[in-house]
Amino acid sequence: MKPLNWKEGHVEMSHGAGGRAMAQLIEAFIEAFDNPLLALQEDSATFEAPRGRMALSTDAFVVSPLFFPGGDIGKLAVCGTINDLAMAGARPLYLSASFILEEGFPLAQLRRVVDSMAHTAKEAGIKIVAGDTKVVERHKADGLFISTTGIGQVEAGLGLGATQPRPGDAVLLSGSLGEHGIALLSARELLGFEVDIGSDCACLHGLVKAMVDSGACLRFLRDATRGGLSAVLNELARASGLGVLIREADIVVSKPVASACALLGLEALEIANEGKLVAICAPEDALRLLGAMRAHPLGREASLIGHMKEGPKGQVEMQLAFGGRRVLNWPLGEQLPRIC
Amino acid sequence: MNYAHAFADPALGRRLLLAIAREADKPRDYFLMEFCGGHTHALCKYGLPSLLPPNIHLVHGPGCPVCVLPAGRISQALELLSSSKVVLCSFGDMLRVPGSHGQSLLSARAQGADVRMVLGPMQALQLAQTLPEHEVVFFAIGFETTTPPTAQALRLAKQKGLKNFSILCNHVLTPPAMRGVLRAFGAAQGGLGLDAMLAPGHVSTVIGYKPFEEVAQAFGIPTCVSGFEPLDLLEAIYRLLCQLNRNEARLENGFARATTREGNPTAQQYMRETFVLRPNFEWRGLGNLPESALGIAPAYAAWDAQAKWQLPYKPVADNPRCCCAQVLLGQKKPPECTLFAKACTPASPMGACMLSPEGACSAYYAYVQEEPMAVLRVKKTEETP
Repeated sequence: MKPLNWKEGHVEMSHGAGGRAMAQLIEAFIEAFDNPLLALQEDSATFEAPRGRMALSTDAFVVSPLFFPGGDIGKLAVCGTINDLAMAGARPLYLSASFILEEGFPLAQLRRVVDSMAHTAKEAGIKIVAGDTKVVERHKADGLFISTTGIGQVEAGLGLGATQPRPGDAVLLSGSLGEHGIALLSARELLGFEVDIGSDCACLHGLVKAMVDSGACLRFLRDATRGGLSAVLNELARASGLGVLIREADIVVSKPVASACALLGLEALEIANEGKLVAICAPEDALRLLGAMRAHPLGREASLIGHMKEGPKGQVEMQLAFGGRRVLNWPLGEQLPRIC
Repeated sequence: MNYAHAFADPALGRRLLLAIAREADKPRDYFLMEFCGGHTHALCKYGLPSLLPPNIHLVHGPGCPVCVLPAGRISQALELLSSSKVVLCSFGDMLRVPGSHGQSLLSARAQGADVRMVLGPMQALQLAQTLPEHEVVFFAIGFETTTPPTAQALRLAKQKGLKNFSILCNHVLTPPAMRGVLRAFGAAQGGLGLDAMLAPGHVSTVIGYKPFEEVAQAFGIPTCVSGFEPLDLLEAIYRLLCQLNRNEARLENGFARATTREGNPTAQQYMRETFVLRPNFEWRGLGNLPESALGIAPAYAAWDAQAKWQLPYKPVADNPRCCCAQVLLGQKKPPECTLFAKACTPASPMGACMLSPEGACSAYYAYVQEEPMAVLRVKKTEETP
């Protein structure tokens, strides 16, 4: 059997048919993800369970285009699930990944994506220990879809959740908003002008570890993905039954993002991020937590943006830089589809 | 200068607000209409109503192209889709507007019709070139701001002899609508209701501010052309208060950095070449307004979808509980509608004012939710002689 032509070859139906062609493809994945649990090629990866609480999370990735400034679907698929684990205060341990490939998908692109996943997982210190590939006929998918599931160990003593915040608690944001969504828009050539913005796609578990290690009393963590900061705060307000007041002046939006938003009539606070989190902590610990965040490379632009209050229940308000105050509602209108 | 930030400077804003407070320090109320939905959104987004003295009342006008398009026009577009060859293109917010029986272009798409979101007519034109087997129709809506690109698409289609491209034209004109609103308020008969008008700056960049000067003169109403940043709006409000306090009624240009009296001559020439005035056009909320909309000129009839498919226009009644018509006329504030934020939300809009991002209802839903200012919509008629 001929070796796979990674330069000019394409995915064929036989790559999902269970025969030798499929085995060839899978071997390439095993080589890239490089760990003994996967190399065994059993139906399941088995490992010793650590003590304490575990976290499990799953996510599907259908981003279009597959490659964009600052990342690609592979990096996103690893970071996205790691971040979901991290938001539960968990240390990510293992990932599984399944691939849905469209017949005709260029193998060179698949190679780039798999290498990107391997690189991201290695940097994050997480192992991809189980996987699956399926091939569907041409036009039955759009190139490549990836689904990842992750398992992690929750740090002892943490009780994070949207029902934990109390009135007076501090609201912190780890950095500038809107880069992922605007980078995707520019990659889709929908802007009609060029912007120098890369996605903020990043694994946040290191930042979360630094925050936990600071000893601050953390009550809630959430990454501000689809719907951006607005969606996270509204979910928080609804689930906690409290109000949230934030200050516009303390929210960081880079100039290119602000300009793109002004031109397109978008709200930076509603745009997706892939490497930013919102944290709620006890008010007396806010500065300590802020210091720990700023000391981490992914939290250099962290800021204290507001606080939780008794009411109005379920409502998010924003003190405007211009002087007034307004409601920050759930994001309006059509979300840009397939951003993750 | 960074235009995105310079016109939102809080320190300058505070100075303007002080000047406004001094000017408004009179035992009277001021009723100012911002005609354009973009202004309504900017006002709410920057929280300006809550910063203004309580005797300044902002009345929201009908300047939202999606909101004023009657349901019958959507039905017309839906009728086009009964032909399997048609690919219908329009702006994103247009696709969700319900026509008769609540059917929208998006729901038609879910049922198999080929409906596509585009950023403008040029994108639809390009699509027509790549799909020679299909009939690509651009559902054109909007005030004078979106009209020149449609004109340019028509010119290019003619130049290229593109036979599978056409325009379903629903372009409307700002000055006749402004006159319609002022007549509805009875402004010409002695100033019931409205004291002054903020005119849209972006429309003025195309048609110039001369047409608004004529409206200001005809109705004796102080008018100020305004941009869309908070300082633009505050400056326009300040200028209008000054005029009212001095019993003046003229047009001022508060958007001098982008507009002139004559506007953009090239855009106007393209529009004259490709469009003609329609004798009549139905507006949601305003009814039939004479010479308030554009049809496609006879020289471009081959690219006129309405002529090409001989689509008659049939009016469709709006949901009787929906107050869009009164909201569009500034006679009701969104929260006064019984459907507002209950049966009618941006996720499931009953009326166009909630659905369109420029609609007053969606502005209130997004930024205000509750009534932000004293409700005194229309001055009591007893006050007038």
